[in-house]
Amino acid sequence: MSKISKSWRRGLAAGAVATLVVGLVAACGGGDDPSESTKLGKDDTLTITTFSEFGYGDLIEKWNADPERPFKVKQTVVAEWDTWKQSLTTGLQSGEGLTDIVGIEGDMMPALLAEGASEQFVDLSDSELDSRWMESKYLEGKTADGKQIGYPTDAGPEAFCYRADLFEKAGLPSDREAVKELFKDWDTYYATGEQFKKKMPKTAWYDSSGAVAQAMLNQVEYPFQTKDQKVDVDNPDLREVYDTVSQHAPTLSTKVEQWGEDWMANFTNDGFATIPCPGWMFANIKDSAPDVKGWDIVDAFPGGGGNWGGSYLAVPTQSEHPDEAKEFANYLTTAESQVAASKVAGNFPANLEAQTVLAEENATDPYFNDAPTSQILASRAEAVPAGVPFKGDKYSDILGLFQQAIRRVDEGTDPDKSWATFVEGVEGMS
Amino acid sequence: MPTTTSAPVENATTATSAGASPRRQTWRDRLSRWDLKLSPYLYIAPFFLVFAIIGLYPMLYTGYLSFFSWPAYGSEVGPWVGWDNYAHVLGDSVFRKAFWNTMGIFLLSSVPQIIVATILAALLDTRLRGRTLWRMSILLPFVVAPAASAMIFGAIFADGTGLINQTLDGFGLSKVPWHADRFASWTAIATMVNWRWTGYNALIILAAMQAIPRDLYEAADIDGASKVKQFFHVTLPSIRPTMIFVIVTSTIGGLQIFTEPRIFDTNLRFQGGSDFQYTTLTMYVFNTAQTTTNPYPRAAAAAWVLFLIIVGIALINFLVTRAVQRRSLR
Repeated sequence: MSKISKSWRRGLAAGAVATLVVGLVAACGGGDDPSESTKLGKDDTLTITTFSEFGYGDLIEKWNADPERPFKVKQTVVAEWDTWKQSLTTGLQSGEGLTDIVGIEGDMMPALLAEGASEQFVDLSDSELDSRWMESKYLEGKTADGKQIGYPTDAGPEAFCYRADLFEKAGLPSDREAVKELFKDWDTYYATGEQFKKKMPKTAWYDSSGAVAQAMLNQVEYPFQTKDQKVDVDNPDLREVYDTVSQHAPTLSTKVEQWGEDWMANFTNDGFATIPCPGWMFANIKDSAPDVKGWDIVDAFPGGGGNWGGSYLAVPTQSEHPDEAKEFANYLTTAESQVAASKVAGNFPANLEAQTVLAEENATDPYFNDAPTSQILASRAEAVPAGVPFKGDKYSDILGLFQQAIRRVDEGTDPDKSWATFVEGVEGMS
Repeated sequence: MPTTTSAPVENATTATSAGASPRRQTWRDRLSRWDLKLSPYLYIAPFFLVFAIIGLYPMLYTGYLSFFSWPAYGSEVGPWVGWDNYAHVLGDSVFRKAFWNTMGIFLLSSVPQIIVATILAALLDTRLRGRTLWRMSILLPFVVAPAASAMIFGAIFADGTGLINQTLDGFGLSKVPWHADRFASWTAIATMVNWRWTGYNALIILAAMQAIPRDLYEAADIDGASKVKQFFHVTLPSIRPTMIFVIVTSTIGGLQIFTEPRIFDTNLRFQGGSDFQYTTLTMYVFNTAQTTTNPYPRAAAAAWVLFLIIVGIALINFLVTRAVQRRSLR
C-alpha cells in the first residue's frame, strides 16, 4: 500500500512540474508584440470582414486587378450580423483572430466606445474627412475624448416595401401614391392589416414581429437606457411598443424569426405583404425572391421616420497593418466607392457627396416596379428624428433580449410572463 | 564508473568464457535493464505531455481565471473577486434550465441509442450476405461532417417548411413546434445525436460480440435455447465490460453535448431557443463568454461547475455499474 502511494505521489509531482514547465513555455511563446506593424508589399494581402451585403465585391476585385495598387485585399463576407457579432466579440476579447478591417453594425458601436473597449481599436481620425459623412453617423463612431473608431458606411432610413399584387387581390389600393395613406401612422397600418387579413387569411401582414418591433422601437427616445447610461427597461414607452406588437402577433405576423429558413421562404410563397425596408433590405428581398413580381416601395413610414442599422468600418489594434487598413477603409468610404457599393447593395450611403450623386442620377429600380429608390431613401432620411433612439453602451445586448421576448410571444408564451423573463435577463447582465 | 569502462571488452569475454559471472554487469546489460524499466514511460510520455499542454494547463488556468473579473472587450484581467462568478452562475435561472435540458437530451439520446446499437450489433453478428458492406454502412452517418448534417436536419426540423411538418400538414395534422416546445426540441436534438452515434457504438459492441467463443452458442443450440434466449443469456453477459465502456463514454459525451443543439439552433442570439428551451451546459459556457459583463471569468466558473457535475455523474455511474457487476457475480 505504502509503496503504491509513494510512487503515485512521485508521479503527481512529476506531472505538476511538467505542467509548470509547459505552462511557462507557452507563456513565453505568447509574448509577440502585435503592435509592431510591417509594411505590406504588392503581393501581400490585407483582410477585411463584412456581414450581410456591403456591396464591396466589385470594388475589391477592381482594386486587386489594378497593377498600381500597393497591396492586395481579401474580403470575407458573413451572412448574418449576429453570427459575425459573436466572432467579433470573441476576437476582441482574446486579442487575436480578427481581420485588418472589420464591419460593425451601428447598434453595437455605443458598446465599443466605452472605456476598456475603445482601446481595442485604432484611432482613425483624420481632419480632412470631418465633413465627409452625415454628422450624426460620424459622431456615433467617436468616443467622448475624440477618438474616431469607425468610418460610417451607410445609414438605414426606413421606407416600407409592399407586395402591390397582393394589395390588389385584397382590394387595397396598390399605387405608390395612394398607398402612402395606409402607412401614415401605426394605427392605420395595423387597421389596414386587419382588413387585409380578412380578404387574405393565408398571407400575413408583415414579415416578422421582430421587424415591426424594431421599427417602432427606433422611434422611442430612450428605449433601454437613460441619458446617463442607467439601465431602465421598465419605462412606459418601451412597454407600449411591446404591448402593441404582442397584441398583433397572433393575427398579423408570420411569427417566424428573421433571417431564418422559414423567413426566407416567405418571400417567395406569398408569406407576407409588407416589410420595413431600410436600403440594405433591398438586396435581401431581391436575393430571396428573384422571380416574384409585384414588389414596390412606398415613400412613407408610420409615425414619421426611423433609422434601422447603418454600419461602420473599424480597424482593431490587433491588426498588424493599421496604416494600410486605415488607408483602405478610407478608400471604401469615398463618394465614388459608396456610390458603386450602393448600386450593388441598395443601401443608403452615409457619405454626403455620394448621397448627392445618387439623388441627381435619380435612378429607378426595375425590380421594385421602377420605384425611384434613391429619391425615396433620401426623403426618408429627412424624416428621421435626430438623436432618436438614444443608444447606451448596452443597447445592442438589451435589444437582443428584447427581440427574444417578442419571439417568445410569437411562440405562444403569455406576454406578461415573457416580459418578466426579459426584465430578469436584463438584470442578469450586470 | 571509470573502473567498469576501463576494460569492458575483456570483461565481456571472460564472462562468456567462464560461463556465468552474476556480480559483473556489462554496459549492454545495464542498457537493456534501463530499457525494460524506463522505455514504457517514454512511450506513454508524449500523451501526457500533449495532455498537459492542451488539457491540464487550460483547465488549471480556467480555474484560476474564474476568481477574477475581466470586463467585456477588455484586454487584461481585472481584480480578484473571490467566489462571485460561481455565485452568479449557480444563481442564474438560465444555468438551471441548461442543466435540465442537458439531462433531458442525454436521457433521450443515450438510452435508446445503446439499446438500438446493441440490437443492431446482434443482427450484424449473424451470417448476412455482404456482411462487410452492412457493417461499414452503419458507420456512414458518423463520417458525414456536422455541417452537412446541419443542412439535412435543418430541412427536416424547420418549423414551417420542414419535411416532417409539411408531411403532418399534408395529413391535416397540426405542426410540431420543434424550436418552441421544450420536449419537441429535445427529441429533435436527440434524433440528431442518435443518427450520428448509434452506428459508431454498434460497431464497438459488434467487435466485442465477435470475440465471444462460438462454441458457447453451439452449446446453447444443443440445449435448445432460442436465438432470443441466447442473446440474453450468452451474448449480453459476455460483452458486459464493453457495454460499461460504451455507457460511460456516451455519458461523458452526452453531458458535453454541443454540436447538435448548436446546429439545431435557429435563434438569432444563438442562446438555444427564445426561452432557452434547448440550451445545454456547454452552450451556456460558450454563450456566457459572449455576454456583456465579466464574460470570460463567468464562463470559466461555469466550465468548472460543468466539470464537477461530470465527475459526479461519472462517479455515480461507476458505483452503480460496479454494484451491478458484483451482484451478477454472486
